[in-house]
Amino acid sequence: MNTELSIEQIEQNFAEINPRLSQAEAVFEANRCLYCYDAPCARACPTHIDVPSFIKKIASGNLLGSARVIFDANPIGASCARVCPVEVLCEGACVEKTLMAKPIEIGRLQRYATDFAVENNKQIFQKGAANGRSVGIIGSGPAGLSCAAYLARLGYDVTIYERKPLAGGLDTYGMAEYKMPQKTSLDEVKLVESLGVKFRLNCEIAVIPQPPALAEMLDESAAKLEAFPAKEENDNDLLKKHDAVFLAVGLGETNKLNLAGENLEGVMDALHFIEQIKTRDWQSVPLGNTVAVIGAGNTAIDAVTQAKRLGAERVLLVYRRTEKDAPAYDYEIELAKKDGIEFVWQTAPLEIVGNGKVSGLKCRKADGSEVEIACDMVIKAIGQTKQTGFFQAVGIETDEKGRVVVNELKQTSNPKIFAGGDCVNGGAEAVDASQAGKLAAQGIHFSLTGEAVKFAGSE
Amino acid sequence: MADLSVNFAGIKSPNPFWLASAPPTNMGSMIERAFDAGWGGAVWKTLGEPIVNVSSRLASLDNGALRMIGLNNIELITDRPLEVNLREMYECKKKYPNNAVIASLMVESKREAWHEIVKRTQDTGCDGFELNFGCPHGMSERGMGAAMGQVPEYTCMVTEWVKEVSNLPVIVKLTPNVTHIVPPGRAAQKGGADAVSLINTINSVMGVDIDTMIPYPNVNGMAAHGGYCGTAVKPIALNMVSELARDAEFNIPISGIGGINTWRDAVEFLLLGAGTVQVCTAVMHYGYRIVEDMIDGLNNYLDEKGFASVNEIIGKSVNRVTDWGNLDLNYKVVARVNPEKCIKCNLCYVACEDGAHQCFHFDENKFPYVDEAECVGCNLCTLVCPSPGAVEMVRLDDGSNPQSWKERTII
Ligand SMILES: Cc1cc2nc3c(=O)[nH]c(=O)nc-3n(C[C@H](O)[C@H](O)[C@H](O)COP(=O)(O)OP(=O)(O)OC[C@H]3O[C@@H](n4cnc5c(N)ncnc54)[C@H](O)[C@@H]3O)c2cc1C
Ligand SMILES: Cc1cc2nc3c(=O)[nH]c(=O)nc-3n(C[C@H](O)[C@H](O)[C@H](O)COP(=O)(O)O)c2cc1C
Ligand code: SF4
Ligand code: SF4
Ligand code: SF4
Repeated sequence: MNTELSIEQIEQNFAEINPRLSQAEAVFEANRCLYCYDAPCARACPTHIDVPSFIKKIASGNLLGSARVIFDANPIGASCARVCPVEVLCEGACVEKTLMAKPIEIGRLQRYATDFAVENNKQIFQKGAANGRSVGIIGSGPAGLSCAAYLARLGYDVTIYERKPLAGGLDTYGMAEYKMPQKTSLDEVKLVESLGVKFRLNCEIAVIPQPPALAEMLDESAAKLEAFPAKEENDNDLLKKHDAVFLAVGLGETNKLNLAGENLEGVMDALHFIEQIKTRDWQSVPLGNTVAVIGAGNTAIDAVTQAKRLGAERVLLVYRRTEKDAPAYDYEIELAKKDGIEFVWQTAPLEIVGNGKVSGLKCRKADGSEVEIACDMVIKAIGQTKQTGFFQAVGIETDEKGRVVVNELKQTSNPKIFAGGDCVNGGAEAVDASQAGKLAAQGIHFSLTGEAVKFAGSE
Repeated sequence: MADLSVNFAGIKSPNPFWLASAPPTNMGSMIERAFDAGWGGAVWKTLGEPIVNVSSRLASLDNGALRMIGLNNIELITDRPLEVNLREMYECKKKYPNNAVIASLMVESKREAWHEIVKRTQDTGCDGFELNFGCPHGMSERGMGAAMGQVPEYTCMVTEWVKEVSNLPVIVKLTPNVTHIVPPGRAAQKGGADAVSLINTINSVMGVDIDTMIPYPNVNGMAAHGGYCGTAVKPIALNMVSELARDAEFNIPISGIGGINTWRDAVEFLLLGAGTVQVCTAVMHYGYRIVEDMIDGLNNYLDEKGFASVNEIIGKSVNRVTDWGNLDLNYKVVARVNPEKCIKCNLCYVACEDGAHQCFHFDENKFPYVDEAECVGCNLCTLVCPSPGAVEMVRLDDGSNPQSWKERTII
């Protein structure tokens, strides 16, 4: 890694940008909340956490009750407290923003309450009395965890299959380290585990196509969802083993640039770059002196800010369109500006140049001229693919963008298979995936039992 | 700049702001600092036979992060020897001839005891006396303080004793721990008092530590009721001041006390009939320096309203207080929302829905509006609204036909 920074400096650079509120701060801030009725903040939260309720419980000193309100509507409420784009969600809707130009710090109050529960090992919810039904969940990200938590509360026997060695999906592997360390995500996984949810880590689910004729003969679906490596005898067909399966597989690999030089040494995709950072083994993270990041979404921002924080001398964000067109949130772009990132707008990459190793990025500017940006590392951050091939192999319907199609129960075209999260919405926020998991749990329960349950904040 | 000086029952003061008898007036050096800060007068911490105080004496009522909106104490009168206090009073008055120094007194209910302390104290050159008939805790258990103030005959009698030997103005400090403030006020006047001051503190238990289950303030595991003061008591004080001010038989000056923090609070007391105001809790919270804005703010207020002297506003609102039976039953106001200022917190809606008369509805843009036919004009929504001007009361009647309940029931 190319960095002049000492380990201490790097640690400092990756300290949480929104540290925990002190007790005095939390009580002060909680009392500032107006306790709105039919509160706009709660409406703006995708999981509809009863924000005024949990905030007033902080004010009254009832932290356990506060955490219960949060986790009741959002099983990953501790992560969301740190990674949610609150500026465009709850805090963006807060009436104090209109009144005082200073919204209530809902995210940090949420963190204050959830920290209390997590750090004191408070068992907030109990698993329900076994109802004799079982659900398999593929993917342990926000969607999978949330669905598992609600199903376990209803008494389901839930198994989560996860191909990675650690559970949590992008909460564990993808969040900017200065927003949330991995430990927070893993602590939250433990909360779900404490409800009796079983985790099968390092276990990829693959699709084994069945000849349609055979399937019809055996009265089976056209594909088998098989666990690899299989651990149990009947692992070779999840649809047989479980009463329902919830697909929470997220998105796929980072999109290809399809440019010359894409395979040179020093070219990396943002997801892998960030995944390395998450280990906090700073020295092992590949880093150039001059890093050019291609793309201008939130992932690109996470890549530039973290490259800079690791100590890269120059970090450039190269985007073919204007700042206004950049999909990243304004406040994220502001953060990158504060970090000293150089923005290269209206500049389209043409070729990655280098002899075995990256030495530059050739681009075309808006006026048609060509430039070569000298750099020794290129990070690709131009969005992720959909796992369309997987869905097609499973035999469920997808839309023109490759997203899984579901009905209001979150049920796919195969009535036994449900889906939610990034794989359905095409890539949104963790909190959206959490809500999808909740609604899927309700949908699964309704489809298996005919009973309609409504969890907190389901509408 | 308006003239802020007052002559209160013969006591001259450069402004109407006095420190109430309490810890901020414990000793000469403190009072001198207060005068330097701008206080017009100070009522010395009550003199009497030295007592022994307990430790842990105060407790407070907080409102969320807002500290000490109410304060409670179980402190007694001065714990310093009388000679020391008198010597300092003498020196203080010599150094600050233009400021008002009032000696607060409390001794046992014996004529000789009162005679003796009055005689000894008036030699200090102080400007007047304040008889503490108000302390509601500790001293009252010994037959002093509120134990005197709660019985009008005692109030009258002790005032007479003091007047027999005093050649200075005598103020009687009244206790609010009575069902009706007028009889003790009249009794003080009857006993010859030159003025009254009110209110002293209110009987109170401040709270309980729910972990240890011991009430506050904790004195070795036990607590006693104390005297309540600070912002929270202001409305009670204003009521008692105005009750006396509008009593036809009562006509001596009033020094207003209770929950005064700012010049605004002071103006309210003055308007309801107080000739001076006294402050304790706000100074205990923020220090003597608060008087700077009291003076400044009062000055600007008087200038803006066109008054040349503070004396012109004293009692100006007294005739605006009346009995309920005289209020106009035909006066009709209703609430109206101004969507331009509304932030859609819906507090008006829930307050009226659950706490009033279910008048609020929402328009297509989700702004609340009031069904004026249902609105009884209670004010609640305007009281809860956090956005200034977003919901306001509007008058509907034309004032042509006022009628009070008294008038209506006579007909
Ligand atoms: C770099 C980056 C930064 C982000 N930052 C934020 C942020 O700050 N705030 C925010 O709210 N959102 C952020 N997001 C978005 C957020 O991470 C996602 O919206 C969210 O994680 C989606 O949850 P999910 O459960 O649908 O999918 P994921 O979190 O992607 O989880 C899917 C899981 O399924 C597993 N899986 C996939 N296929 C299989 C299989 N065949 N067998 C077994 N397991 C499988 C994967 O290993 C993974 O663990 C970010 C995303 C990225 C890429
Ligand atoms: C608008 C209003 C009307 C009240 N009417 C009554 C009443 O009819 N009967 C009664 O006993 N107390 C009445 N009270 C007094 C309350 O019951 C209660 O004693 C008082 O408000 C103190 O409690 P609080 O501090 O919780 O408000 C009323 C209070 C309010 C605010
Ligand atoms: S909108 Fe703001 S003030 Fe209102 S309840 Fe939500 S956090 Fe509190
Ligand atoms: S004034 Fe009272 S009755 Fe009228 S709308 Fe407001 S709260 Fe309701
Ligand atoms: S209380 Fe005031 S700001 Fe809130 S909704 Fe009502 S009128 Fe609007």
